Amino acid sequence: MSLLDAFLSSAAAIRAHALRSVLTMLGIVIGVAAVIAMVAVGNGARERVNAQIQALGANLIIIIPGNVTAGGARLGTGNAATLTDADAIALKNEVPAIEASAPIVRGSVQVIAGGVNWATSAIGVDLGYFIAREWAVVQGREFTEEEARRGGQVALVGQTVARELFQGGEAIGAQIRVKNVPFEIIGIMASKGQNMWGSDQDDVILLPLQTARQRVVGTSRAKNRSVSQIMVKIREGEDISIAEEEMKKLLRQRHRLEDGRDDDFSIRNLAEIQATREESARTMAMLLLSVAFVSLVVGGIGIMNIMLVSVTERTKEIGLRMAVGARPRDVMGQFLIEAILIALIGGAIGIAIGVAVAVISADIAGWPLVIDPAVAIAAFAFSGLVGIVSGFYPAFRAARLDPVEALRTA
Amino acid sequence: MSEVPLIETTDLKRIYRMGDERVVALAGVDCKIMAGECVAVMGPSGSGKSTFMNLIGCLDRPDSGSYRLRGREVARLSPGELAGTRNREIGFVFQQFNLLSRVDALGNVELPMIYAGVARKKRREMAAAALERVGLGDRKTHLPLQLSGGQQQRVAIARALVNQPACLLADEPTGALDSKTSLDIMALFQQLNREGMSVIIVTHEPDVAAFARRVIRFRDGRIVSDEAQAPRDAAAALAGWTEAA
Ligand SMILES: Nc1ncnc2c1ncn2[C@@H]1O[C@H](COP(=O)(O)OP(=O)(O)OP(=O)(O)O)[C@@H](O)[C@H]1O
Ligand SMILES: [Mg+2]
Repeated sequence: MSLLDAFLSSAAAIRAHALRSVLTMLGIVIGVAAVIAMVAVGNGARERVNAQIQALGANLIIIIPGNVTAGGARLGTGNAATLTDADAIALKNEVPAIEASAPIVRGSVQVIAGGVNWATSAIGVDLGYFIAREWAVVQGREFTEEEARRGGQVALVGQTVARELFQGGEAIGAQIRVKNVPFEIIGIMASKGQNMWGSDQDDVILLPLQTARQRVVGTSRAKNRSVSQIMVKIREGEDISIAEEEMKKLLRQRHRLEDGRDDDFSIRNLAEIQATREESARTMAMLLLSVAFVSLVVGGIGIMNIMLVSVTERTKEIGLRMAVGARPRDVMGQFLIEAILIALIGGAIGIAIGVAVAVISADIAGWPLVIDPAVAIAAFAFSGLVGIVSGFYPAFRAARLDPVEALRTA
Repeated sequence: MSEVPLIETTDLKRIYRMGDERVVALAGVDCKIMAGECVAVMGPSGSGKSTFMNLIGCLDRPDSGSYRLRGREVARLSPGELAGTRNREIGFVFQQFNLLSRVDALGNVELPMIYAGVARKKRREMAAAALERVGLGDRKTHLPLQLSGGQQQRVAIARALVNQPACLLADEPTGALDSKTSLDIMALFQQLNREGMSVIIVTHEPDVAAFARRVIRFRDGRIVSDEAQAPRDAAAALAGWTEAA
C-alpha cells in the first residue's frame, strides 16, 4: 500500500467520524494552542520590557539614598539625604565607564497655565539627565549650561503636560506657575510612553535642578544639596557590574563608611530588574508549559483510546483488507497514519487558535506580536510524535489480528 | 498427468483448541484440484468446509500436512507472505459480500490492487473493466447500500477477479440471496469458469452444486466423496426462469 493510499484511506476514515475525530483532537488542540500562545505572550512581554528599558535609557543605573536592601527589608524609600550633587560630579569624574551622571530631585506639583490646572510630577535635572535618559527635545531647546548651573526659571514639558495645559495651542514661550513659582516653557520633550511600571513618562515637567530644589520640590534638600537619586549612564561596551563596583567603592569612600557598615545608598540596575521580571516570566512559562504538556499527554491518551475503539469497530474491515492482500504492516501503517493525521490536524488547529490568542492578547496588552515559526514547527512536530506514540499500540493490535477471526466478527 | 495441480493438499489438519477441548476441524484432507475446474464443496454444518476454504485461501495455516498452491508449498509462510499470496493468487467471495460501505463500487474493486501496488490510474481502469465484466458497467459510482444484494455480490466478484488470481474461492456466495439472484450469480461463475477461471464454491444447496463439474463432500473434517458430474447450465436455467415468471 503506498503512503498516499494509506493517507487517503485514513483521511476518509477521519471524515466518516468527523465529530468524534474533532473531539479526539481536542487535547492536542489545547496543548498546542497553549504552547503557541504562551511563547508568543512571553516574547511579546519581554519585547515590551526591553522597549521600556530602551525608553528609560539603555545602560542606565539608578542610585538612590538609603539602603533598601539591608537585612532584606526596605529600610529607606530614597528619602534619606546621603546623596549629593557632589557625589554625582565625583562619579562622572572618577569612574571612567560613566558617560553621564544626572542628580535629580522629584516631587508632585500643581502646574497652572492661564486658567488651566494640571497635577504632575516635576523633576529637577541638570544637563546630564538628557544624556543619561537618551531623551531629546522635539520642539524648542534644552536648558543652557548657564540655566542649568545657575537655576533659571525655564521649564521643559512632557507631551502629556503640553497637551493637557495647552490643548494643541502653542506651549513654547508660555508662562506657567509651578507651586506659584513662574517659569517660561522653552521646549517640549519627545514622547516616551509608559514605563515598565505602567506610568506615563510624558506626564512630567523638567526644571533646572537648582531652581527646583530651592523653590519647588524637595526644598528640604536645599541646605545640604542632597538629591532624590542619581541616574548614571554607563558607556556602551563597558561592563556594568565592574562599573557598579567602582561606583560603590567611590561612594563608600566619599561617605566615609568603614568596613562592615552597610551602604547608605542603593545601586539599582535595570538589567537586574529585567532579569527578575524575566525570571517570573519564565516561572509562568514553565507553569503553562506543564499545562500544555499534560494536555498533550491527555490528548495522546484520547487518541489511543479512540484508535482502539476504531480498531474494534473496524475489525471486519481489517479482515476483509487482509483477505484481499493487506499485509500486517499495511494495516499497521493505515492505523498509525490515521492516528498521526488526527494528531497533526489537531496540531494545526491548535496553532491557528494559539496564533489567534497571541494576536488578541498582544492587541489587548499593547505589546508587539512576536510569533516564532520555529515554535509552531516544533509544536506541530511534537503533535505528530504524540500521534505516533499513541497510535502505535492500536495499530499493532490491528496488524496482529487473525484474518479468519476478523472476518467472522459481525 | 504431468501438469502441476492448482491446489494439492496432503493430510491437511486443522485443530482448534479451546481451553482443554480440542476441536478437530480438518482431520487429514488429501485433495487435488486442477486449474480451470469448477468445484462445489458440500457437507453438513460443522464438517469443515469453511476451515478447508480458509486454508486453501491462505487466510489460515494448517496445524500439520502440506499444501501446495501451483506447486509452491505455502503451509508455513509468514503472515506477510500469506497476504502477498492471497493478493496475487486468490479471489475471495463471501456470503455477506463484505464490501466497504463508505466506498463506491469502483473503490471496492480497486482495493486488492492498492495492496498489489498498482498505480492509481491503472487501478481505476482495471476496476472499471472488472465491473464491466460482471455486468455492472453502469453502477461504478454507486455505494454498496445503493445496490441490490445480487449487484453487491457482483461487485464482490469483480473485486475477487481484478488481480487476475489463480482461483476464486466462494464460501456460500448465494447464502444471502434469493433463488433467482442465486441463479444469476451462478451463471456469472459459470461464465467466468468457461473463460478459464478456476472456481471453488462452498454451498449447502444441491441446486447450486448442480452447476459445478465436480462435487466434493465433507463430513467430520474429512472428504467422504469426490465426484465429477455433468453441470447444469445456469444461463439456460435463468432463461427458463424468466419465461416461467
Ligand atoms: N475459531 C474456532 N474455534 C474453535 N472451533 C472452531 C473455530 N472455527 C471453526 N471451529 C469448529 O471447526 C469445525 C468446522 O467448522 P467450519 O466452519 O469449517 O464448518 P463448516 O463446514 O463451514 O460449517 P457451516 O456449513 O455451518 O459453515 C466446527 O466444529 C466448528 O465449531
Ligand atoms: Mg462454513
